[in-house]
Amino acid sequence: MMLPGFLDAAPLAGLAGGVMIGLAAAIMLLGAGRIAGVSGIAARAFGLADGSQPRSQAWAFVIGLPLGALIVMSLTGAAAPAFASPALLVIAGVIVGVGTRLGSGCTSGHGVCGMSRLSQRSLVAVATFMATGFATVAAMNALGIEVLS
Amino acid sequence: MNRDILVPLASGTIFGAGLTIGGMTDPARVRGFLDLFGNWDPTLAFVMGGAVLVMAVAWLIQRRMARPIFAEGFSLPDRSDLTARLVGGSALFGIGWGIAGLCPGPGFAALAIAPGSAAIFVIALLVGMLAVRLVEGQG
Repeated sequence: MMLPGFLDAAPLAGLAGGVMIGLAAAIMLLGAGRIAGVSGIAARAFGLADGSQPRSQAWAFVIGLPLGALIVMSLTGAAAPAFASPALLVIAGVIVGVGTRLGSGCTSGHGVCGMSRLSQRSLVAVATFMATGFATVAAMNALGIEVLS
Repeated sequence: MNRDILVPLASGTIFGAGLTIGGMTDPARVRGFLDLFGNWDPTLAFVMGGAVLVMAVAWLIQRRMARPIFAEGFSLPDRSDLTARLVGGSALFGIGWGIAGLCPGPGFAALAIAPGSAAIFVIALLVGMLAVRLVEGQG
C-alpha cells in the first residue's frame, strides 16, 4: 500500500512490525512481569547495570533480537540495507550507550512501554530524543554529511 | 530450558522480527523518519503507533492481574520525577540515533543482517554504557 504524498513509506509493513513489537513487549510484561526495554536489558545482560532481573533472562531476550531478524531475513530473502561508516557507527554507538543509560531507556522502554502507560518520564524522554533526532539529521543534511551511500 | 528463559527468548525473537519487518533495522528508513524537515518518511510512526496500541491493551490487562503468568511478581519502573539526567541522557540518545539511524534494539537485531557494521555499533554502545557505569560507580 502506498501513502499519498509519501512514495517511500511502507505503512502496512510498519504497522505489522509495530504490532509484533507490541506483542513482544506484552509477552515480557504479562509473562515475566518486566519492561521490554532493550537498553536496560542489554546493560543487565553484559553486567553493566544492577537490577533484579536474572542475567540469564536478559541474555535470552538479547539473543532473541538477532534470531528474530535472521528468521525474517531468511523468509523474505531481502538484501541487507546500507549502514553508516565504521567511524560514524562508533561515534553514534558510544553516544547512544551513554545517553540511554543516563536517560534510563530508549525507543523500546520509553517509546513502546512507557508511552503506552502514559508515564510522565517516558513522554518527556520520547519528546526529547525525537527532537534531538530530528535536529541531528537536519543539521547533518545542512552540512552535507552523507551517512548512507 | 525453563520458562524463565523461554518467555524472554520468545519476546526478544518476536521483537527482533517486528523490528525487521517494520523497517527499523534499515538505517535509511530510520533516518528518513528523522528527516522531518526534508524528505520525511512516516513509516516509523506506524511502527510506533502499532506497538503502543498493543501495549496499551497489555497495560489494561496487567492492571487486572495479581502477578505475571510465569513470575512471582511484577518488577516495573515506578518513578515519576523529571530530572536533568533523564532529559540530558535522552537528548544525547536522540543525537546518536540520528547520526547512524540505529537505536539499541535494531543494533542487536542487525547482528543477523549486517554483522560487521552492527558489531561495531553494539560494541561502541556497550563501551558508552560501561563509561557511565565507571563514572557513576555501581548501585
